[in-house]
Amino acid sequence: MLRFASRPRGTTLTTPATIRNPEDATLDQTQDGDLLRLGGALLVWTLPQLPRDLPTRIGLGDLDRMDTAGAWYLARARQAGTQLEGLSDSHARLIETVAQSVAPPERGAIPDARWHNILERTGKRVVGALGYFHELAEFLGRFLAAWLRALRHPSEFRLTSLVYHCQETGLRAVPIVFVMSFLIGVVLAFQGAAQLRQFGAEVFVVDLIAIAVLRELGILLTAIIVAGRTASALTASIGSMKMREEIDAMRTLGMDPDMVLILPRVLALLVTLPILGLLADLAGLTGGALMSWIVLDISPSMFLTRLGEVDVSHAIAGLVKAPVFAVIIGVIGCHAGMQVGRDAESLGRMTSSAVVNAIFAVIIADAIFSIVFSEMGI
Amino acid sequence: MTGDNAIEVRGLRNQFGDHVVHDDLDLDLRRGEILGVVGGSGTGKSVLLRSIVGLNQTRHGDIRVLGQNIGSLTSAEREALERRWGVMFQDGALFSSLTVRENVEVPLRAVRDLSDSDRIGLAELKVAMAGLPPNANDKYPSELSGGMRKRAGLARALALDPEILFLDEPTAGLDPIGADAFDRLIVELRDALNLSVFLVTHDLDTLHTCCDRIAVLAEKKVLATGTMSEMLAIDHPWVHEYFHGPRARAAMTPDHEDA
Repeated sequence: MLRFASRPRGTTLTTPATIRNPEDATLDQTQDGDLLRLGGALLVWTLPQLPRDLPTRIGLGDLDRMDTAGAWYLARARQAGTQLEGLSDSHARLIETVAQSVAPPERGAIPDARWHNILERTGKRVVGALGYFHELAEFLGRFLAAWLRALRHPSEFRLTSLVYHCQETGLRAVPIVFVMSFLIGVVLAFQGAAQLRQFGAEVFVVDLIAIAVLRELGILLTAIIVAGRTASALTASIGSMKMREEIDAMRTLGMDPDMVLILPRVLALLVTLPILGLLADLAGLTGGALMSWIVLDISPSMFLTRLGEVDVSHAIAGLVKAPVFAVIIGVIGCHAGMQVGRDAESLGRMTSSAVVNAIFAVIIADAIFSIVFSEMGI
Repeated sequence: MTGDNAIEVRGLRNQFGDHVVHDDLDLDLRRGEILGVVGGSGTGKSVLLRSIVGLNQTRHGDIRVLGQNIGSLTSAEREALERRWGVMFQDGALFSSLTVRENVEVPLRAVRDLSDSDRIGLAELKVAMAGLPPNANDKYPSELSGGMRKRAGLARALALDPEILFLDEPTAGLDPIGADAFDRLIVELRDALNLSVFLVTHDLDTLHTCCDRIAVLAEKKVLATGTMSEMLAIDHPWVHEYFHGPRARAAMTPDHEDA
């Protein structure tokens, strides 16, 4: 605890009533040999006018006002060996008070450590990233363990919660997924037609659309939309519960957050993402068929006939990815929610990082799938 | 109006929709005193504070701070006046993206030509004067305890050496030892810096240890002002209950007198 120099009640240090704007306060300085006479107001507002190099003696007889900033300057000047003359009692007390709070000058010159810093920061990031994968693996494990427990003890499973989250992540995403996929089909048909017409191979636009939508675009874009919608919602809902200690309260009441929060949310994604992917495939093909009909005169029945010749493995290769994407999105979203601290700022930070990480992870997983499938010859 | 009062409130009326919070309220804050404002929940203690510092639009009445009428100031005059008071909000209201030192530097940035090293030095001085250890300077508000956040908020309020300090519930949510230390800090700062302090509180111990005068808000106005002993003599049911309840008796036991 700091000790302050005491002052008898009722005395006044300053006579402020005259100056309306402290910014307009003036400080008079007159140099008299090695003595610097100060007069007027020595305030934070007039502090910049003082000389950088400390004089050997400072005369303060004409000073009427002083605040802590002024006292701080004088206290440091005195520490550096300057003599203070003509100090009034009240000003001397203020300087004493401030001097007790001035930190001892232990701050040495900071060595130039740029490379060291870069190395240190890189190392911290790498370790942090590895730790992140470790935590995600832990969350995946917790989700699977909760699932197994739900299978063994079905009574503990919360069906209502699952249905609710299916509606939130699945049903409500249908319009946006459908429209987006439809438009992708339209764009593919349009661009494909322009290119393939040069070779007289317009009819292959059906293969182009079918393979692109079924194999890659349908499910990838659906997963990206869901990652944006649902990963942020998961983080926000779990994170705000974490922030208000609801999750701790849950634990004390004998409820397992993995069971109550994580399982229904990730399971709902696992159920709905393949369905959304299938819908996206259909919408993409519909858009492509419509555009082929308009631009290339390929009638819908002809489109269907050509479509029948496209191998079904493309559709399977697309939809097989859906559950994997679902788990990635769910685990990243729930993990980010659980990382939220006690302040609102971390909630916002974790929500945006959950979305970015989920989309990034989905695209990486898609790339890995592509490599694996092409190696397997699917 | 005399020059002895830092704040003079006359005939203040505050109203939200049909709900009248203050009606014909008068209040004075004398220079150099610590005035404790008490009242039950919903009596508009914080509204009164917010009205004085101009965060609330008032319906009627005059508020004069340091001799200037709040209602009739140009924006430049207002800005000048705002530099002569400091406000500490209930939970510190620190900017969460800045460290404690940077928070205290914010008001100091208004001073033209102040060098970076002086600004940092003054900010660290204020942090130390508010009773925080030097290592608090580089911490973010979320890393501080409630009591430390309040002290950091106090340091920011004191940054420009104001003449009036407004404190909203300075000891709410602190443990008794922390609250007691904060009470003493307020008195010490007042004595050292010649502050006039407007203090909204619920804490009887705070009233007892640091307030020179107490103003009781009830029935939409200031029901009574006076010292603690004068409060004890007042025969209004709420005031009597407040100052004679079991908590009040605990705050006034003799070993408190020595504190």
